[in-house]
Amino acid sequence: MATYLEFIQQNEERDGVRFSWNVWPSSRLEATRMVVPLACLLTPLKERPDLPPVQYEPVLCSRPTCKAILNPLCQVDYRAKLWACNFCFQRNQFPPAYTGISEVNQPAELMPQFSTIEYVLQRGAQSPLIFLYVVDTCLEEDDLQALKESLQMSLSLLPPDALVGLITFGRMVQVHELSCEGISKSYVFRGTKDLTAKQIQDMLGLTKPAVPMQQARPGPPQEHPFVSSRFLQPVHKIDMNLTDLLGELQRDPWPVTQGKRPLRSTGVALSIAVGLLEGTFPNTGARIMLFTGGPPTQGPGMVVGDELKVPIRSWHDIEKDNARFMKKATKHYEMLANRTATNGHCIDIYACALDQTGLLEMKCCANLTGGHMVMGDSFNTSLFKQTFQRIFSKDFNGDFRMAFGATLEVKTSRELKVAGAIGPCVSLNVKGPCVSENELGVGGTNQWKICGLDPTSTLGIYFEVVNQHNAPVPQGGRGAIQFVTQYQHSSTQRRIRVTTIARNWADAQSQLRHIEAAFDQEAAAVLMARLGVFRAESEEGPDVLRWLDRQLIRLCQKFGQYNKEDPTSFRLSDSFSLYPQFMFHLRRSPFLQVFNNSPDESSYYRHHFARQDLTQSLIMIQPILYSYSFHGPPEPVLLDSSSILADRILLMDTFFQIVIYLGETIAQWRKAGYQDMPEYENFKHLLQAPLDDAQEILQARFPMPRYINTEHGGSQARFLLSKVNPSQTHNNLYAWGQETGAPILTDDVSLQVFMDHLKKLAVSSAC
Amino acid sequence: SGSFPNPGLYGSYPQGQAPPLSQAQGHLGAQPPQRSAPPQASTFTSPASGGPRMPSMTGPFLPGQGFGGPSLSQPNHVSSPPPQALPPGTQMTGPPGPPPPMHSSQQPGYQLQQNGEFFPKVRLGAKGFSYSGVFLFAFSIIQVIEDDRNNRGSEPFVTGVRGQVPPLVTTNFLVKDQGNASPRYIRCTSYNIPCTSDMAKQAQVPLAAVIKPLARLPPEEASPYVVDHGESGPLRCNRCKAYMCPFMQFIEGGRRFQCCFCSCINDVPPQYFQHLDHTGKRVDAYDRPELSLGSYEFLATVDYCKNNKFPSPPAFIFMIDVSYNAIRSGLVRLLCEELKSLLDFLPREGGTEESAIRVGFVTYNKVLHFYNVKSSLAQPQMMVVSDVADMFVPLLDGFLVNVSESRAVITSLLDQIPEMFADTRETETVFAPVIQAGMEALKAAECAGKLFLFHTSLPIAEAPGKLKNRDDRKLINTDKEKTLFQPQTGAYQTLAKECVAQGCCVDLFLFPNQYVDVATLSVVPQLTGGSVYKYACFQVENDQERFLSDLRRDVQKVVGFDAVMRVRTSTGIRAVDFFGAFYMSNTTDVELAGLDGDKTVTVEFKHDDRLNEESGALLQCALLYTSCAGQRRLRIHNLALNCCTQLADLYRNCETDTLINYMAKFAYRGVLNSPVKTVRDTLITQCAQILACYRKNCASPSSAGQLILPECMKLLPVYLNCVLKSDVLQPGAEVTTDDRAYVRQLVTSMDVAETNVFFYPRLLPLSATEPPAVRASEERLSNGDIYLLENGLNLFLWVGASVQQGVVQSLFNVSSFSQITSGLSVLPVLDNPLSKKVRGLIDSLRAQRSRYMKLIVVKQEDKLEMLFKHFLVEDKSLSGGASYVDFLCHMHKEIRQLLS
Repeated sequence: MATYLEFIQQNEERDGVRFSWNVWPSSRLEATRMVVPLACLLTPLKERPDLPPVQYEPVLCSRPTCKAILNPLCQVDYRAKLWACNFCFQRNQFPPAYTGISEVNQPAELMPQFSTIEYVLQRGAQSPLIFLYVVDTCLEEDDLQALKESLQMSLSLLPPDALVGLITFGRMVQVHELSCEGISKSYVFRGTKDLTAKQIQDMLGLTKPAVPMQQARPGPPQEHPFVSSRFLQPVHKIDMNLTDLLGELQRDPWPVTQGKRPLRSTGVALSIAVGLLEGTFPNTGARIMLFTGGPPTQGPGMVVGDELKVPIRSWHDIEKDNARFMKKATKHYEMLANRTATNGHCIDIYACALDQTGLLEMKCCANLTGGHMVMGDSFNTSLFKQTFQRIFSKDFNGDFRMAFGATLEVKTSRELKVAGAIGPCVSLNVKGPCVSENELGVGGTNQWKICGLDPTSTLGIYFEVVNQHNAPVPQGGRGAIQFVTQYQHSSTQRRIRVTTIARNWADAQSQLRHIEAAFDQEAAAVLMARLGVFRAESEEGPDVLRWLDRQLIRLCQKFGQYNKEDPTSFRLSDSFSLYPQFMFHLRRSPFLQVFNNSPDESSYYRHHFARQDLTQSLIMIQPILYSYSFHGPPEPVLLDSSSILADRILLMDTFFQIVIYLGETIAQWRKAGYQDMPEYENFKHLLQAPLDDAQEILQARFPMPRYINTEHGGSQARFLLSKVNPSQTHNNLYAWGQETGAPILTDDVSLQVFMDHLKKLAVSSAC
Repeated sequence: SGSFPNPGLYGSYPQGQAPPLSQAQGHLGAQPPQRSAPPQASTFTSPASGGPRMPSMTGPFLPGQGFGGPSLSQPNHVSSPPPQALPPGTQMTGPPGPPPPMHSSQQPGYQLQQNGEFFPKVRLGAKGFSYSGVFLFAFSIIQVIEDDRNNRGSEPFVTGVRGQVPPLVTTNFLVKDQGNASPRYIRCTSYNIPCTSDMAKQAQVPLAAVIKPLARLPPEEASPYVVDHGESGPLRCNRCKAYMCPFMQFIEGGRRFQCCFCSCINDVPPQYFQHLDHTGKRVDAYDRPELSLGSYEFLATVDYCKNNKFPSPPAFIFMIDVSYNAIRSGLVRLLCEELKSLLDFLPREGGTEESAIRVGFVTYNKVLHFYNVKSSLAQPQMMVVSDVADMFVPLLDGFLVNVSESRAVITSLLDQIPEMFADTRETETVFAPVIQAGMEALKAAECAGKLFLFHTSLPIAEAPGKLKNRDDRKLINTDKEKTLFQPQTGAYQTLAKECVAQGCCVDLFLFPNQYVDVATLSVVPQLTGGSVYKYACFQVENDQERFLSDLRRDVQKVVGFDAVMRVRTSTGIRAVDFFGAFYMSNTTDVELAGLDGDKTVTVEFKHDDRLNEESGALLQCALLYTSCAGQRRLRIHNLALNCCTQLADLYRNCETDTLINYMAKFAYRGVLNSPVKTVRDTLITQCAQILACYRKNCASPSSAGQLILPECMKLLPVYLNCVLKSDVLQPGAEVTTDDRAYVRQLVTSMDVAETNVFFYPRLLPLSATEPPAVRASEERLSNGDIYLLENGLNLFLWVGASVQQGVVQSLFNVSSFSQITSGLSVLPVLDNPLSKKVRGLIDSLRAQRSRYMKLIVVKQEDKLEMLFKHFLVEDKSLSGGASYVDFLCHMHKEIRQLLS
C-alpha cells in the first residue's frame, strides 16, 4: 500500500466503499472542523467476479441490540471457540458447525481478504421475479409501435419463470388478463378515481372468499401463485399470448379534440399497479415499469390540465407558486412510492416525450423505490430501445443485474454514529444505539430499504464522530463500520452481503497531516454534491449555492496554506487540489442550476446523480473532454474553452450526453470529402477514432446517453459550449487577443475568476 | 220511451206503454223468485249465487242473435224491481210478475210479456241472469262487436266531419284522412264535449284521448306525409306555438291567419303566402298536407335538436345477463345465436339498404363486460368494469359499430359469449349499473338509442340499485298493498330521468325463476318509453318461440327516439293528466326517450273555460322525435270534436272502449297510492255517477227501479267488472306480486284495442264458423267442442271432454281425449284441413297482437283448467270477482242509491 490513492482504489474494488476521510479525526469537535463530513459512498452490490458467495448463514453477535456479523476484525479465541464482537465487545460462542476451526482452519468470514463476503440464505420460499408493465396508450402511432416492439422483445429477455403483467392506460386504465384464450379480456378502471388497494383487489376479483378458520390453519402457505394468476403469468406460459396482446394494443380510442391533451390517467394506473402487487405479492421482488409519453392530465396525480393552451409548469411557475397541480400530484406519487417501498417493489419510469411528462411530480416513485428513471424524446429512438434492453443485461454469472427488496443496515463502533443516507432508499425508521440525532440526508435510522438496486447503485452514507474531545481514542485505535445488505438476488435467492471496514483514528491537532493526506477529494466532492442536491430538493437554489460556497471557503481556510490577507500565497496540498474545481463545475451543473432546464430535466439529472457510483458521479459533475488530432494520440484535455481548437475533434462525456465536436478545420475537411479519398485515409481514421470511443462508452452506460455528433458552428455545439469553463468569453476575448480556443457567449464566471475569489475569501480573516 | 216500467208484483204495468219492437233496445230485468218457483223449463237452472252452470246449453239461441242493429239514438234500458221491493230470497213467492225478455229469432229486440209463463221458456242463460231476486239483462259484448262490424266495417271511415264517433276497435275498417287524425292515432272517450265544466262535472264522464302517435297503419292506408318547410321550419302560431293545421283560418286575403287554438292573429310569412278562394280557403289547401290532413309530419330544423346539433343515428345496445341462471337455462346461447341473424333486421327507414343504427354489446353479472368489436380487430376484446358503484364506459371507439362493417367480429363475439361463461358460478347480478352503463355509452357517443336488457334475477349484488326480496303476500288487501307496486328505491327514478335526458330507451326482457321485483325493475323501462317482457321460469324448449318472436318484433319495430309530445287544445279545455310509459319534468311536455308504434299515451282533459258549441274543441298532438335514421321530425295529429250544451249529446257520442282504457289506466295508477279497495270503489262510484247522471238527465222519466243505460255505454258495467276483477285490482291466489306489477305497467301503455281484448278475452269455438266469438263464460263451453281463448297475452286451446275422436286425431295426432298432453304448447303440424285451420287461426291471432301469445292446451276437467277459467270473465271468479250479473245488480243498486 504505497499511497493513499492505491489504498483508496483497493478498498473501492474490494468493498465498494469510498470514504471522504480515510483517517478519522478522533473527536466530535475536530470532526466538525474538518468541514467535509465523515462519510462514504457505498456500492452495496458492487460486482465482484472474484467473490463466490458462501452457501451458509452468517454468525451473529448474540447481543440483541447488536447482532453484528462475525468478521475479520473480530478477535477470536480458537481454543475456547469464542469470538468477541468488535462493535459491542460481547463474547460469543461459535455455533456447533464451527467446532473444527483453528488458526489454520478459518472460515472465510474471518480471513482479512473477505472484508466483504456474501452469504446465500437457504431458507424462505423462493418466489419468481415480477415485471408489471404499465403502458401509456396516448402515444403517436409510430411511438406506440416502437414501444410495443420493445416490450415484445423484452419478453424474450425475461427469466422464463418470471411473472409478467400488463396494465395499459389512457383515459381509462386497463388491467389485462393474460390467461384467456380467444377473446382478450381486461378490467377497466376510471382514470379519474383513486381507489384503495382493497377496492382494487375487490374489483379485480383478487380477494379470496373467506376461508373458514379450521381450513385455513393447517393449509400450507402455498397460496400465492394462484391468487393473481389471471393478471400475472409466467413468461414461458403466455409469451405468445402477450406478444399478440401487445401487438393488438391500440392507441387510446377516446377522441382528443383540437387544442386538448389526451386524457392520461397515469396516477390511477400506477395506483392500480401498486395495489395489484400489494395485494398479491408483498415483499417479493417486483418491478413496476411505467412507460409514458406525456404528462398525467386527469385524476389523482394529474400534473397539467388537458387544455393545450395552458402549458405544463416551469421552474418559473414553481417559483411563483403558480403550479396548480404540483403539490397534490407530488403527494399522490409520494404516497404510492411509500406504499411500494413498504411492499418491497420498485417503480421504473420510462418517459419519452418532447415536452415534460411530470417527472418532477413522479420522481419519488423511482427515487424512493430504487427504480430506474429514463427520459427520452420518443420510444422510437435507440436511446430508449437500448436503455430498455440494458435493463435486462446479465452479469458474468448470467444473472440479471438487478436485485430487489434490499435492506441495508449500518453498524458502527462506539465512537461513531450514523447520521443518514442519500440514495435510492427509504428509511426503515430503526432507532438503534448507533443512530445520530443529527440528520444528514435520510436519517434517524441505521436501516434503509432499497427496493430495487443494481451493481452500480450507490448510497452516500454520512456519519458523525461522537467521541468527546476529552476522551481521546487510544493511539492506533481503529473505528469500524459494518454494512449488512440483505436482498433478493435476481436468481430469487435471498442473500446477505456483509462489508466490514476499519480506519485509523487520528488526533486532528497533532496528526492533521495524516488526516489531510488521507482525504479523498473525489469522494468528498461527490458526497458534498449529494448533500447539496439533497438540499436543493427542498431549499431555494441560491441558498444551496451559498452553503456550498461557505463549505468550500471553510475547507480552504482549514487546509490551505496561506498568509492572511494574501491571496497570492494561497496553496492547497495535492489531496485537495482538485476539490475547488469540482465545486466550480458542480455550481454550474444542472443538479443545482435550474436555469435552462425544465423541472422534469432537473428531476431526471438529480435522480441519476443520487444513485450512480463515484466515477459516474464525477463525470456528471465535471464532464470529461478528450481531444483527437494529428498531433498525437488521443488525450484528455481541460474542460475549458481553450480546448476547442479548429484542428481537433473533441469528445465530451457528461454522462447524460456524449458529444463529438469537429473543430472548424476538421469540419471543412470532412465537408470536402477528404475522408473518402484513399490518400487521406488517416483523416478517415481520425474521424473514426472518437466514434469508436463513444461507442465504447455507450455500450457501458446506463441509461444510454444522448449521442450528439456536431461540429463547429453546429446548433448542437451548445452542449459542449455550455459545459466548458468559459475562460474566453465575448467580454475578455479581445483583451486576451489570442487565436486559440473558442469564445463562449456567456456572463458566467470562469474557473480562473472563481479561484481568484476563493483565494481572496479564504485568506480573508473576515470570514 | 224505450224504458220499461217495472210491472208485476211490484208495480202496475201499463201494457200500452210497451215500446215498439223496432225500438226495443231497452232491456229489462225481471225478478223471478226462484226458490219458490222452480223454472219450468228443464234446461234452465237458476243460479243461486255461484253463477250459471249450463254445460248442456246448446240451444239455438246464439248469443246476441236477438239483438237488432242498435239505433244510435236509443239508449238501452234495463229495468229491475225497485230496491224497496227487493225482499231477499224466500219472501218472494208466486210466479214472477215482470215479463221476461222474449227473444224472437225473426224479430230483433224483446217483447215484453206480462204473462209469467212466457219467461221460463226463454233461454235466459244466454242473456239474462237472476240474482238475489233481481232479474237483469246482461248485454253481450260479442253482439255489440258483431253489430258494429256488420254496420260499419264495410264503409271507410272518412274523417272530414267534426265529432264523428269512429267504429269500434274490433271492427276492421279503412280510414280516409280528410282533416282529422285517424282513430288509429287518437280515440276519445267522447266526441262531443260538454261546453262547460259544470256539465262535465255533472256527467262525470272522463274526457280523455288515447293517443298512439306512431301507430302502425294497415298497408292500405298511407303513412303521414313528410312536409319540409326548409330552413324556416314548420309554421306555428306565435302565441300558443300550435303548428299549422287544417283548422287554421286564413284571413285578409291570405296574408294572415288566425290560430284555431288561441285565436291569435299571425302574419303569413311571404314564402308561405297563398291566395284564398271564394270560400276563404287557400288555393293550395289540397296540395299541402298540413292544410288538408289530420296527420302529417314536418321535417324539424336544427332549432328542434338537442344542443342545436342534428342528431346522430341512434344505437342499440344489447346487455346480457350471464349469471348462472341465464347460462343454465340456455338463454344466453339462444339469444346469442338469434342475435347473429337478427342484427340484419334492424329498423331502417324508407328504402335504405342498411340500417343506420349502430350496435354494442355488454354482458354482466356482478360486474360488467363491455366488448370492443371494432372491425379492424381479429378478435373482440372484453373489458371488465367492476366499479359498479361508479359506472362508466370503458371505451368509445369500437363499442358501437355498424353491423355490416364489424360482422365478423360480432359473430365471433356472439359465438364466444356462451362459451366464456359456460362454467360461471356467479349467481349475483347488478341492474342499475347496467342501465347506467348503457346510458353513459350513448352519452359518450352523443346519440339516442335503446338498451335491450336480458335479465334473470333480483339484483342483490352490492351496487347502486341493489334490491332485496320484499315480496309479501300478507300485504294484499291491506293499506300497505300499494307498496308492492311502488319501487323499492328512488334510485331508479333518478336513473330514468338521466336516461330520458339522453334519449336512452330501455327494453327489459325478464327471465325470473322467482321474485325479481318487477315493480322496481320496470321503473326505467316505464319512464323511458320502453317495454318489459317477462318469461317466468324460462326454459328454452318451451319458451323459445315466444321469446324469440317477441325479441324479433321488438328489435325490428320502428322507434322514435328522444321524443317530446305536446298536446295543445282549444281555449276552454286543457290536457291535465297523462298516462303511459314516459317521463314528465313539467306539466305539459311528455318526454319519451323512445316511442314505438305500440305505445299509447292517454291524456285527460279538463275544462278551464267555456267551450263554444259552434267552433267545437280542437286537439293537436305534436310529437318531436328522432327517426331510426337519425332524422329529426315533428308528427302532428289534429282532431276536431263537437261541443254540446245538452248532456244527451255527450252520452250519445261516447266510446266505452276508450272510456275503459282510461279508467283502467287511472285505476292502475291509483293502486300506487291508495289501497286497492279504495281504487275499486272509486271506479264503481264514478261509473255509477256517470250512469245515474244519464238516468237523471237524459232518459225519459220512468220508474226508479229500472236500470237504464245509454246506448253507447251499455257495455260499461261488464267491462268495468272485468277491470275490477283483473289481477291487479283483485288478485287470485296464484297471481304473484311480479305478475301484478308486470300487468300493471303493461296496461299503462296499451291502446284501446289492447285493453279491450285484455279485459274481455275472445273465446272462439272452433266448430262454428259464424259468429266467430262467444261470451267469456263457462256456460258457453260445450264439452263436445274446442275453443280458443286469447286476451293479447295468453292463448288457450280448451278441449271439451267429449270432443269427437276424429277431431282429436286430426288436431293432436293422438287417438283419444285422454292422450292429449295437458299444457301442450305446440300443435303438431298435420296435413288435414282442421289442423291447418286451427293453426292458421292461431297464427292470425298472434299476428294481430303486439306480443307473441304462447299457446296452452287445456283439457276439460284438468288441473290446468283453473288457469283457463280465470279468463272466463263473465263468471264469478275464484278470487271473489263478481259475475257479470252480480255486478250489474250491484251497479244498479249503486245507481239507485245515487238517484234517491
